[in-house]
Amino acid sequence: MSALTAKVAEPAPPPPPGTGAPKRRGVELALLAGAVLISVLGHLYVGLATTGRIPGPAARYTAGLCAAALLAHLAVRFRAPYADPLLLPIAVLLNGLGLVLIQRLDVTTPGHLTAGDQLLWSALGVGLFVLVVALLRDHRVLQRYAYLSVTVALVLMLIPVFFPAVNGAHIWIRFAGLSFQPGEFAKILLAVFFAAYLAANRTALALTGRPLFRKLRLLPGRVLGPILAIWLLSVGVLVLERDLGTSLLFFGLFVIMLFTATGRIGWIAIGLLLAALGAYAVGTFEPHVHSRVDDWLNPFASIERGEGPGQLAQSLFAFGAGGLLGAGLGHGQSFLIGFAAKSDFILATAGEELGLVGLAAILLLYGLLVARGFRAGLALRDPFGRLLATGLASIVALQVFVIAGGVTGLIPLTGMAMPFLAQGGSSVVTNWIIVALLVRLSDSARRPRPGKDPAE
Amino acid sequence: MIRYIRWCAYFCALLLVALLVNIARVQVWESAAYGANPANKRPAIARYAEPRGDILVDGRPVTGSRDSGQLLRYERTYANGPLYAPVTGFSSQTYGTSFVERAEDAVLSGTDPGLSAFPLWYELSRGRPAGGNAATTVRAAVQRAAYAGLAGKRGAVAALEPATGKILALVSSPSYDPSTLSGTGTKVKDAWTALNADPARPMLNRALRETYPPGSTFKIVTAAAALDAGVVTDVDAPTLTPDPYPLPGTSTLLPNAGTGCEDASMAEAVQWSCNTVMAKIGVQVGLRRMVEAARRFGFNGAGLRVPSWVSRSNFDTDMSPDQLALSAIGQFNTKATPLQMAMVAAAVANGGEVQYPYLVERTTRNDGSQVRGGDRRSLGRAMNPATALRMQELMVKVVENGTGRNAAIPGAVVGGKTGTAQHGVGNAGTPYAWFISWAKAEGAPLPAVAVAVVVEDASAHRGDISGNGAAAPIARAVMEAALAG
Repeated sequence: MSALTAKVAEPAPPPPPGTGAPKRRGVELALLAGAVLISVLGHLYVGLATTGRIPGPAARYTAGLCAAALLAHLAVRFRAPYADPLLLPIAVLLNGLGLVLIQRLDVTTPGHLTAGDQLLWSALGVGLFVLVVALLRDHRVLQRYAYLSVTVALVLMLIPVFFPAVNGAHIWIRFAGLSFQPGEFAKILLAVFFAAYLAANRTALALTGRPLFRKLRLLPGRVLGPILAIWLLSVGVLVLERDLGTSLLFFGLFVIMLFTATGRIGWIAIGLLLAALGAYAVGTFEPHVHSRVDDWLNPFASIERGEGPGQLAQSLFAFGAGGLLGAGLGHGQSFLIGFAAKSDFILATAGEELGLVGLAAILLLYGLLVARGFRAGLALRDPFGRLLATGLASIVALQVFVIAGGVTGLIPLTGMAMPFLAQGGSSVVTNWIIVALLVRLSDSARRPRPGKDPAE
Repeated sequence: MIRYIRWCAYFCALLLVALLVNIARVQVWESAAYGANPANKRPAIARYAEPRGDILVDGRPVTGSRDSGQLLRYERTYANGPLYAPVTGFSSQTYGTSFVERAEDAVLSGTDPGLSAFPLWYELSRGRPAGGNAATTVRAAVQRAAYAGLAGKRGAVAALEPATGKILALVSSPSYDPSTLSGTGTKVKDAWTALNADPARPMLNRALRETYPPGSTFKIVTAAAALDAGVVTDVDAPTLTPDPYPLPGTSTLLPNAGTGCEDASMAEAVQWSCNTVMAKIGVQVGLRRMVEAARRFGFNGAGLRVPSWVSRSNFDTDMSPDQLALSAIGQFNTKATPLQMAMVAAAVANGGEVQYPYLVERTTRNDGSQVRGGDRRSLGRAMNPATALRMQELMVKVVENGTGRNAAIPGAVVGGKTGTAQHGVGNAGTPYAWFISWAKAEGAPLPAVAVAVVVEDASAHRGDISGNGAAAPIARAVMEAALAG
């Protein structure tokens, strides 16, 4: 406990010579220009393909996008000059592509336009990005707020239980016509907590405990307690909120960070065993989850029963219709998916209209984002920073895998937002904060050591 | 810790590879299977996304397309639905297609590879050409005359151009409006249910798909077979036939409808429709040669397509002599479609050659250039040219001074044959009235039209149903319309 609140005093290893990386802000600016250009061209293309006209607010749209990208760039340039130059352009490009896809799907739902809202949320997200980059000068400050983070995270996750279920899941708060998914914010807070807790206790976790069986050691209750609590939390989320995706994400995040901190495979085994048990029990006894598993095992069962294609079947049809090159923006029929076409199933529109080529490009963009996150983690020297970078990168990776795997029939479908692409305010804002933290972490990682001459 | 972060990164890379492999599976490997899944609406959406090509009669469209604003967007309209329903069929979002709509669907819906000016152009551009048109051989005036002649009575008319096989009219009555089946929804389903439940069976294309006992009109086939086989060498020679005629091997006596058939010649037997004489001649020709003759006219031939399939007309191939006697006068198991009997009349008019009947003159692209021409070809020779000439004379006599005088047209050579077919258990059903005929303008080298009319109106008084009374006037109107063209 004391280790958590103690002043961060890492015995810094002797830095290798020449750690001062080039700043590469010019590269970032050029990449940003490319990302904005692609988004604007997509915006114009959708307008031409669906209505035959350049969209009315195209000029304002372009100006807004440029302004947001420029603002974010300036924040990085002045407050995190050594940050990884790929992070921000990737985020802008993914967010821009998401806006294009949502704008395209708005054409099919004239009674329910969402692109405007999404644009506002994106602006808010960029605003928060700028705030985080500008105000958080050192990521290690966060280590002090570990228990505050976990408390707020728990509260955020518990609130929706008291709100009515939407589409079978208690994950939304509806307030004054707006809806939030507090679980989205909670995952950052949990990553902060895990990083801080594990950084402080990793030695105890890795080495203490009575030997139980060869290398497997029983852990002392003091360190085991919080871990069991997290496992219970995941199951609790699942049972109370019926949100399989978030539960999976929290648990996966925890296992990955635990492994990173301790390197003990036995824990991973225990974790996976517990997860498997939990998943099996819930998959068997919880009807909402059970039906998802059935859909995954046989997506066309409802067609054979004569009830028409289910959502997963429609999603697979959309991907299949895209083929290698796609139908072209505005020329697909992914609206057949119906409910959640703009959020959970947004990838199906990308798949149908941009094809395997476009979809693979988007997935590789995520892969690049995650890789740069891990790279920051590798280059950092403090355990908290390393763990936090690993955790944040893993959040993005797991989330992409869970939802992309779900809509393409690789794993059972769980409701989750595709980072940056999917319609949904809380998700976009959260992802911008994640990117802001990664920018901050990578800046610390690449920054020249104090007292050392970069030219040395 | 560095090592474990690397492991995590490798794990995430593994997840990414799994995703990439899986999307390749879904988008490339499974793509065709998903596209072919009947629950996938995309093919239907693409099919109805553009106006369907039109079916033309006399160069003018008898169909159209209406933008419904629905998911399956363009719905079929029909300018004169009930009149042309046996030709066009329907094109329904719910129930598919029939007749020309079905046979030429690839051209009409724009999927035919021939619609593309350059090979693979539309495959590469992922577009779809505008639907092409199908020009039919039907002539509006002939079709209207036939439809008006039937006047809602149950029956059918098939008219051919003997020298080419072009189908000039194809009418089935009562008819229906195929536009009621266009689109989706309960209205379409209700219309479908009502049409199928209607005892008058309006959706049955009687001209192509219903087979009737041809009755006395079949005597043309028997007479041609007798002449070809040499059983009868002089059509005016007495045939030494008793009246009534005892069916061979039985004690059943076959009567005639009229008098004067005893010992009549074959010419008189055709002219006055003597059952006794023609039954006896049929037996004399023998089973093998009768079957052979019927086959040459098109009976027992499966797979006639105009381009829609046509029901098989039947002449039994294994019969006792008494059954053969009845079959030779178009009774027993002998059954024919109206189109088949029109082909019989056309064969006589065309010098013995049977032309393959066809309904689609040509298919064109949207700009009018041709995709495919009609399939004009011969089905073979039904009788010798000399026999055909002799048969023409006999059929002309029927109209000039015989049972078919109602079909006479001033200024034209008309040959015909009446028929009144018994059917039902113990012949209890209302008889079908038949008339088959052909007409040639005086001095013209080629006959203009061959026609078969059948009227099966159960509501009419039994005595009114006769070939000359009910069917011949319709045939005359059809022939007049064809001659006027």
